[in-house]
Amino acid sequence: MDVEETPLPGIGLRHDFSTRSGRRLGVVTRHDGRRDLVIYDAEDPDASRESITLTAEEGDVLSELLGAPHIVEKLADISRAFAGLVGDQIQILAGSPYANRLLGDTQARTRTGASIVAVVRDHQVLASPRPDFRFSVGDVVVVVGTPENTTAVGRLLREG
Amino acid sequence: MHDTATTFLELGAVLFVLGVLGHLASRFSISPIPLYLVAGLAFGHGGLLPLGASEEFIEIGAELGVILLLLTLGLEYTAEELLYGLRRQASAGVLDLTVNAVPGVVAAFVLGWGPLAAVVMGGVTAISSSGIIAKVLGDLGRIGNRETPVVLSVLVLEDLAMAAYLPVLTALLAHHTLARGSLTVAVALGALVAVLYIALRHSEKVTLLVYSARSDRNDEVLLLRSLGLTMFVAGVAQRMQVSAAVGAFLVGIALSGPVAEGAREVLTPLRDLFAAVFFVFFGLQTDPAHIPSALPAASLLAVSGVITKVATGWWAARRAGIASMGRYRAGAALVARGEFSIVIAGLAVVAGVNAKLGPLAACYVLLMAVLGPLAARFVEPTVRTFRRWSQRRQPSGPTVTGDV
Repeated sequence: MDVEETPLPGIGLRHDFSTRSGRRLGVVTRHDGRRDLVIYDAEDPDASRESITLTAEEGDVLSELLGAPHIVEKLADISRAFAGLVGDQIQILAGSPYANRLLGDTQARTRTGASIVAVVRDHQVLASPRPDFRFSVGDVVVVVGTPENTTAVGRLLREG
Repeated sequence: MHDTATTFLELGAVLFVLGVLGHLASRFSISPIPLYLVAGLAFGHGGLLPLGASEEFIEIGAELGVILLLLTLGLEYTAEELLYGLRRQASAGVLDLTVNAVPGVVAAFVLGWGPLAAVVMGGVTAISSSGIIAKVLGDLGRIGNRETPVVLSVLVLEDLAMAAYLPVLTALLAHHTLARGSLTVAVALGALVAVLYIALRHSEKVTLLVYSARSDRNDEVLLLRSLGLTMFVAGVAQRMQVSAAVGAFLVGIALSGPVAEGAREVLTPLRDLFAAVFFVFFGLQTDPAHIPSALPAASLLAVSGVITKVATGWWAARRAGIASMGRYRAGAALVARGEFSIVIAGLAVVAGVNAKLGPLAACYVLLMAVLGPLAARFVEPTVRTFRRWSQRRQPSGPTVTGDV
């Protein structure tokens, strides 16, 4: 599916795409955190027929109703709150040496300095996983640390 | 203490009247700018209520209003957005500025006001009001429309052009020789490039001057530090004769991220207050007796101003692959002129370029600030009616409705 991304100077960012049923749908993410849900006119492809402004909270609720974990915004909050720290998401791939092994085995914090703060599995967020948590292929590991440290965790989980 | 009492009485009356006018404007969802201008015309010299004691405050308040208008404009955009606009719509921006400056320039020469007034009037007719336009697009639910990025990119380019234009104008108005003027312009452009570079690469360091991300957000600290930094930079810019407004604009661009968002939130009420004072001040300086004689020229400029903006918007939207109706919407959206036309005219009025320039600019902005939102609102029905009408006239002609 092609999602088009267009910057709106002074307002934010617009994402839009065509549905299989032939309608065009978009979301405007404003700098102040509000969202606009935009439904385009079937006859005039450039005009929005409906444009509904959602507060940050309403946007979260809608995205939850649509079944998506809003982990990305959470990460954005984290990196905003602690200057210099970034959040990163690393997927456990089939070839990873840590697939089906325990989180404690990675010794990620000792070896890299970054912390594993959550794991996303089947759209469920498992916060603060313990050392006896067992990774499986497809898990998305959420790490927080300096950019170098989180990159090191990525390397660790891919190559050992 | 008699003086203080009079000042308070006068200011109280002015601000209260502005509040009532602002309420009326929002009630009928029009821009308050024309109403503030009319209020300014009604007060002061030759008006209903002369303002003596508070004139000094209003004058400084007006200067602050200009700085705050440009600062909040700069805060709206990140440096990345400015560069994106420059890359995407540079040719549309050049066309927009040339085509829309021409009517003002021509008017100044036809009226025999000379080249300096022509430079001023070109700026007055060229720059759209991003404040009015952003509000209209939001009110009409057109933020998500596919022609909207085109409109916004053109506005971004106008604002960037203004950062180069205002120092030129300031230099010319200060009666510098062309050589001295070009030095100031070089300084201003150098500063613009340097600030864009800093904003792109090191904006977090500039941002630290105003607010440190580690501490909790403190509105009071944020307000005092951002306003302090801006006024300081504006003062330096003015001292270098680069124009205080441009200094403020550059500070706005250099601040970024959540701090820019926070600064905009805390500064907006202050901007609303002093921008209103600025519009009143401009009206105060304009003798209402000159308005009737300025009306014919202003009306002609308004007609050409609508046509040239619709044409540039239409052309820019077509270039971006927007269909027929969207092109007209983009064009109509750009029609409104407002705060920046007054900022430009205000510089000329203070410098005493031509006594009739102020009334003409006031008249022009009065018309365009009202016409702009109307054009944006009624462009679709107008185009549809016109198409039906032209179809009825030539029933065998090519149908255009399929293109809508």
